[in-house]
Amino acid sequence: MNEAELVRMFSSVILAASPLIIAVCGETLSERAGVVNLSLDGSMLMAAMVAFVIGLKTQNIWFGFLAGAMIGAAFALIVAFGSITLRKSPVAIGFVLTLLGDDLSAFLGQNYTRIPGVAVRHFGIPFLKDIPIVGPIFFNQDGVVYFAYFLILFTWWFLNRTQPGLHLRSSGERPEAAFARGVNVTRVRYWYTLIGGALVGIAGAAYSLDIKVGWSDGHTRGLGWIALAIVIFGGWSPIRGAIGAVLFGATKVLATILQRTFPEVSVVIFNTIPWLLMIFVLLTVGSDITERVITWMPKRLQSPLRRLLRISPPMSLSASVIEE
Amino acid sequence: MNKDQVLRWLWPLVPILGAVAFISVLLIVFKTHPLDAFRSIQSGAFGDLSKSLSVLAFWVPLLLAASGLLVTFTAGLWNIGVEGQIILGSIAASGIALKVHMPSPTLQVMTEVIAAMAAGAIWAALAAILKTRGKVHEIFGGLALNNLAIILTNYLISGPWQPPEGGTFRGTAPFPENALIPRFAESRFAPLSLVFALVALVIVFVALRGTFWGLKLKALGKNPYSAYLLGVSSEREVILAMVFCGALAGLGGAVRVLSWFDSLRQSISGGIGFLALLVVMLSNYNIYWVPLIAFFFSAVLNGSISLQLRTQLHSALGGIITGILVLFILLFGDKSMLKLLRKEKTLE
Amino acid sequence: MQIEIREIRKYFGAVKANDGISMVLEGGKIYGLLGENGAGKSTLMKILSGYQPADSGQILLDGKAVHFDSPAQALKCGIGMLYQEPLDFPPFKIIENYLLGRDRRLRLDYKTVEQELKQYTQKYNFHLDIHAYIDSLSLGERQQLELIRLLAGGAQVLILDEPTTGISGDQKEQLFDSMRKLAREEGKTLILVSHKLDEVQELCDYAFVLRGGKLVGGTEIPCPNEKLVEMMFAQIPPPATRPGVHLSGAALTLVNLSVETYRLAIENINLTIRSGEVFGLAGLEGSGQELFLKACAGLVQPSKGQIYLNGEDITSWSYHRRQAANIAYVAAGRLEAGLIHGLSLTEHIVLSLPKHSFFIDWKSARQLTADRIQKYQVVGSPETRADELSGGNQQRMLFGLLRNPLRLLLLEHPTRGLDVQSANWIWELLLRRREEGTAIVFMSADLDEIIERSDRIAVFSGGKMSGVVEARQTSVDELGHLIGGAL
Repeated sequence: MNEAELVRMFSSVILAASPLIIAVCGETLSERAGVVNLSLDGSMLMAAMVAFVIGLKTQNIWFGFLAGAMIGAAFALIVAFGSITLRKSPVAIGFVLTLLGDDLSAFLGQNYTRIPGVAVRHFGIPFLKDIPIVGPIFFNQDGVVYFAYFLILFTWWFLNRTQPGLHLRSSGERPEAAFARGVNVTRVRYWYTLIGGALVGIAGAAYSLDIKVGWSDGHTRGLGWIALAIVIFGGWSPIRGAIGAVLFGATKVLATILQRTFPEVSVVIFNTIPWLLMIFVLLTVGSDITERVITWMPKRLQSPLRRLLRISPPMSLSASVIEE
Repeated sequence: MNKDQVLRWLWPLVPILGAVAFISVLLIVFKTHPLDAFRSIQSGAFGDLSKSLSVLAFWVPLLLAASGLLVTFTAGLWNIGVEGQIILGSIAASGIALKVHMPSPTLQVMTEVIAAMAAGAIWAALAAILKTRGKVHEIFGGLALNNLAIILTNYLISGPWQPPEGGTFRGTAPFPENALIPRFAESRFAPLSLVFALVALVIVFVALRGTFWGLKLKALGKNPYSAYLLGVSSEREVILAMVFCGALAGLGGAVRVLSWFDSLRQSISGGIGFLALLVVMLSNYNIYWVPLIAFFFSAVLNGSISLQLRTQLHSALGGIITGILVLFILLFGDKSMLKLLRKEKTLE
Repeated sequence: MQIEIREIRKYFGAVKANDGISMVLEGGKIYGLLGENGAGKSTLMKILSGYQPADSGQILLDGKAVHFDSPAQALKCGIGMLYQEPLDFPPFKIIENYLLGRDRRLRLDYKTVEQELKQYTQKYNFHLDIHAYIDSLSLGERQQLELIRLLAGGAQVLILDEPTTGISGDQKEQLFDSMRKLAREEGKTLILVSHKLDEVQELCDYAFVLRGGKLVGGTEIPCPNEKLVEMMFAQIPPPATRPGVHLSGAALTLVNLSVETYRLAIENINLTIRSGEVFGLAGLEGSGQELFLKACAGLVQPSKGQIYLNGEDITSWSYHRRQAANIAYVAAGRLEAGLIHGLSLTEHIVLSLPKHSFFIDWKSARQLTADRIQKYQVVGSPETRADELSGGNQQRMLFGLLRNPLRLLLLEHPTRGLDVQSANWIWELLLRRREEGTAIVFMSADLDEIIERSDRIAVFSGGKMSGVVEARQTSVDELGHLIGGAL
């Protein structure tokens, strides 16, 4: 493999990871505010379908993305209304919405399968794209990728460095204490569930308008669940979530390499990689592997490492989908 | 009776009417008259004997999976992996049907069924152990295992088990007749499978109502730590509940390949596992409602298939009808919505 | 600031938590609000601080009627409340916790706030590392931080709800010093909610006494304790009597027991507790008593050492195996750890039985439950769900689930949140068990309870266990000293 090929490979990893990063940032926002939106797989499918159709009809990708965001927000609104206002199990609502999104997207999109549509245009960033190796991998991409970069930094900054970010986190940690500080917990939770849902919708749209242009039944099936798993793996931090997304993006490339190396093995087998990876990453989070590794470290480093690697869900997360 | 009481009595109708309205609008958008569509779903489900038998044949595995899910829900588990457990049951039954030849048809079918139950149970045990030992939530473990099961099916039918005339992604060669559960007339319905399902339902009923195991599961589902302090071993019971459900789902999978189809196909389960989850959720975990709802869902789904043939509408409509119904009833089924409305009124 | 409360009423269902309370409080004074558990103190203060609205009644600040929708609004008007468990955010840094809700600007202003925090900590002589995380602080430090936050937020009236439960002696002195300073020098109004007479006598200028949701009186402090007790209880409760019991052989023996967790470790405990003995564990919350009890119960594995039950090594036994050997453990949280929300009392009894058949005989189970309910004076029927019981009945039910006989009974806060009568009753039940040879080990935050009920006492401080003292020869002061860490 030569350098050009490697660069192309890594840049495709980044491209594949970008929509996942957007979805992970969105879900991180809602879960940090204390609402689990489990409908990701269904809402991404719906958003992908609607974004594609609207993009096609208007011949404008912006309307496509906007429509995707609105669909994502609409799904999130149902989750928010059901779990916050009606106090129903968010797991049940999210699960039903997942199935419903799948079927609805197949039904509503039945006349638009496998036809060409509009696509996000490639756009290298001047100067930055000319940096050797780094440039072509990171900065010779398109808007979706740059939006994902922006979102990682923005989400981190927003959560950790702003007053509204504190409001958000306080609602997810101890709502009764947040109320005492003048935070309107219900409003905060509604807002960030909606915003998170809109980002998930944008992620869905990014598939049908950019990564896998077009629409077919089950176009993004499974990716929503993977995004949910990455949120846990990322310990509810956008930066670590992004690392997780890149890890999953890399599985595609890994499959290509393995296929080339073992041409006699059925192609089907390589499809198992993301699912095996999903189990593996959740195992590293759930079991005490991390803690054991930390205890091997020098005493001085243990406490900061624990802070850095700490995986603890927001204290009041409305469903214990996360940990025992 | 005053106005309030009337409203309270009639309230359960509201989510159902809401769901019907939603679907009607959807149909009108697709230029189909809702009444026509509902009528054609009805005739698609019960139009003639063979259609009605199809509804029954679809009902059996759905009921098996839903019975199993009653047990896991009681233990507080979201066994989304039930879909994969059905698939593994299908695979195991197919494996025996294709590769093992028993001297008598009874023995053949029994071996297939037992293998299917074992395979479903093992797949469920994997999710359970991932949960108890690895702290991977059963939703994620189950989902990954579902997808692995689908991939395994695709691998088998495109590889080792592909029919002699060459690999299509469609399915294996049909099994010999004596490897199938005897079917009623020319239909897909095997009366014996209905016996399986009803026995399973009764066993679940007795287990949950009358046995100490059922009580332990109930305790575990409501408060695992208190249950542990009271003497319930959570790991053991979680695994047992999952294995029990997996075995029933595996049996359902066997019914799919041995009576609905006659071979292992792509997407063999037809989403029955997810549908069974909806059934149990809609029943509000009440065993009396489960067979009725399962039957209704089976009719809707079978009816939608013939609707597709007649109107060219995508068969996902069946899934939409069931999904919307569950969503509306889940959200508005009890009186919490009514209370909310009343509270807003008093605030004004 | 002058506060006037007029005819405050708050009902929870049939319970009249506050039933028409009126009082006037002046600036520059420290008030005590006394009453036993359930008298309505906390409810009244939560209403005054905006945490919950009253059903009816008025609050006037300097003669002006006010209405609060939230504690944040109350603080703007100058009323701040320090809760028993401070309303802070354990995963946050101190500085983030302080910043939350401080202003409406988008960016967090770390620099100014750092200065501000430093000034306040110096002024009140607190020692806080402002870059630490809340979950690494002790309860006393969290209180100090919360106090600073309220003062910085402009509190003229400070309400402190049982602030001395669970903090060290030094921290208590520091807290009282700053409270005096705030009242005398800065003219603030302070309200100390407490059921401890000594504290009120030591600190307050005036005390109000609540009973059954009503204000039953007020008095200048100091005054004779008897006067306050009479107002609090209507009649003076008889002192608890404890019949002597013959102690037999060693029930529980610990040899070099050490337990380590990620937060706390207890080390090298050597102890023998005899059958029939009552052994009390004192100490601040989280000093190792829970860990000690859990290690004895088999809920955590010791890292070193042995545990013997009647001479048999049970160190490696699981919780369930120890349960079968007649060791029982009753945790503090009733519906979190012990009872199950949604299950009937009969179902609880069936689960708790040592022997089971495959099928449940519901009829005899219900009969058995009815007997237990009667014996333990639980107000409920066999079909009642555990969550429908009141707190005291839940606690009694927990004791009704214990097996008979027991060799070792491990208890976390056996009477927390109960009124005096219920607590006495529970101890009667417990003491009856020790006549059957049960060894009882219990922890409590209430030093009076520990001294009154135990034969011997050990104090935990930061995971270390002090030498064992005889209950008859010790005092609250001595224990308080040990709890502060002076071993």
